[in-house]
Amino acid sequence: MYKYYKKYVPYLFLLPAGVILVLFFFIPFFETIILSFFDYNSNIYNPMFVSLDNYLLLIKSPVFYKVLLNTFIYLFVAVPFLVIFPLIIAILINQKIKGITLYKILIYLPVIVSIVVAAIAFKWLYAQQGILNYVMALFHIPAVGWLTDPNVALYSVIIVTIWKGIGYYMMIYLSALMGVPKDLYEACDVDGADPVTKHLTVTLPHLMPTIGLVSTISSISAMKVFAEIYVMTKGGPLDSSKTIVYYIYERAFENLDLGVASAASVLLLVIVLVLSIINFVFFENKQYQL
Amino acid sequence: MRNFKSISKGFFIHSTLIVVSLLSIFPFLWLLSTAMKGNTENIFQYPPVFFPEAPTLENFKGVWNQIPFMLYFFNSMVVAGFTVLLNLILSALAAYPLARMEFKGKKTVFYATLATIMIPFQAIMLPVYLIVLKLNMVDSVNSVMGYLGLILPFAVNAFGIFLMRQAFLAIPKEMEEAAFVDGCNVFQIWWKVLLPMVKPTLAVLAIFTFIGSWGEFLWPSIVLTKKALYTLPVGVNDLQGMFSANWRFIAAGSIISTIPILVFFIAMQRYFISGENDGAVKG
Repeated sequence: MYKYYKKYVPYLFLLPAGVILVLFFFIPFFETIILSFFDYNSNIYNPMFVSLDNYLLLIKSPVFYKVLLNTFIYLFVAVPFLVIFPLIIAILINQKIKGITLYKILIYLPVIVSIVVAAIAFKWLYAQQGILNYVMALFHIPAVGWLTDPNVALYSVIIVTIWKGIGYYMMIYLSALMGVPKDLYEACDVDGADPVTKHLTVTLPHLMPTIGLVSTISSISAMKVFAEIYVMTKGGPLDSSKTIVYYIYERAFENLDLGVASAASVLLLVIVLVLSIINFVFFENKQYQL
Repeated sequence: MRNFKSISKGFFIHSTLIVVSLLSIFPFLWLLSTAMKGNTENIFQYPPVFFPEAPTLENFKGVWNQIPFMLYFFNSMVVAGFTVLLNLILSALAAYPLARMEFKGKKTVFYATLATIMIPFQAIMLPVYLIVLKLNMVDSVNSVMGYLGLILPFAVNAFGIFLMRQAFLAIPKEMEEAAFVDGCNVFQIWWKVLLPMVKPTLAVLAIFTFIGSWGEFLWPSIVLTKKALYTLPVGVNDLQGMFSANWRFIAAGSIISTIPILVFFIAMQRYFISGENDGAVKG
């Protein structure tokens, strides 16, 4: 190609973004790994190299075991809902019906509103004498301690994450649905197929890459939940709703236990890395090719 | 028969979508209802009452007088505004050579940038905090440094760079060469020829960066020590501590804080719900 720029010019253009990425991504990335080999607990001003002790501490810690379990429950409960619900809603909205725009706006609204406000709104629904327990009473179910019962709190928080994500993933499905060839549906109509068969044989196969994409990105976001837990339960009661990011936050900024917090961070890094690589290799490989 | 089928199909679709829409907005409506109930009305009444008996704005006035919402709004505007501006400039700058130029180390830069997508902020926030501290970018120094600490860690990210790169890739190369022949230097080509052609992508990047920055909660709640620099989400969370059992005030404050983003959403709705923003997908 015809070169109209001097040799150093590309680097000038890259420099500002490069400084930010190095300062706030690369250095912290390596520092997280390094910090995880040091003990800050005994003396925060004089950290000691302890090799893998922080990791051993985590493995032996019953709280961390619970945190990991909670994180994976979060993942395995939230993700299926976030993959399936938005797909069904997107298929329904994609029919030629009146009021599409209004439906989209209303269903997308939770995505836009601050997670803090959403969490407060649900806290109010979940109140002991709140409206949700009233509805339960209508069905003769005894009042539930939505955020106070250790067996329930985690699921109450998961519901907020699902509720807030539906509109977002619905829009991803909707833009994928626009790419399904219309004549395939027409062929189905000629054959007299019912709607369910139609979607199972035409829509689903075409949407497989999108379903994969939604699975991986919703898994990654499930790994990263924080605000819902912070606002609603602070990880309680009895650590029952504590997931890994909240644990890292607590260790790092409340207990100043930088080493253990970093060891847990490295674990989070590894999990997200694996999910991201799956995503790149299988679902988002076009956009990111040189 | 066919007619009956399509009517019942339409009925099924609409009733399902109405239920889903109502579930989506009910938590906010219930908050609004609570905020509009006066002191004489029991908000824990069984059965619950949706429409307030005597709707009042007293709670809004009360919480407005005790919480500096305009200040929080201003802080959120400063942080989100500069975050958007920096993201647009830095992403577009970095994307240009990645899309259009040949240089030594291009592969390395490309894959290093790609790698940052896989690094979740939550896993590196502790060292980021330590770096921000070392650079004195905290509100205990002064408010400008406080703002910098909120903005700079999010000044650019790989999503934005790749989004802009895709946009530049779609422009025919002849455009640059013609501009060069006309006497433009490389910076002018970027600013006067390329940027105007990717305005729609810049708009998408601006809007999604704005929403992300506006709702950010984790980072400001880590770095901020002074209420003077609180952004709206941090200020709203603070309502819970200030009015522990006063749900009328908590509800009213939450509603007030939501108005700006609601206006923004309605004004920009086509960007969110047109379904054409494939590239703006974020993890």
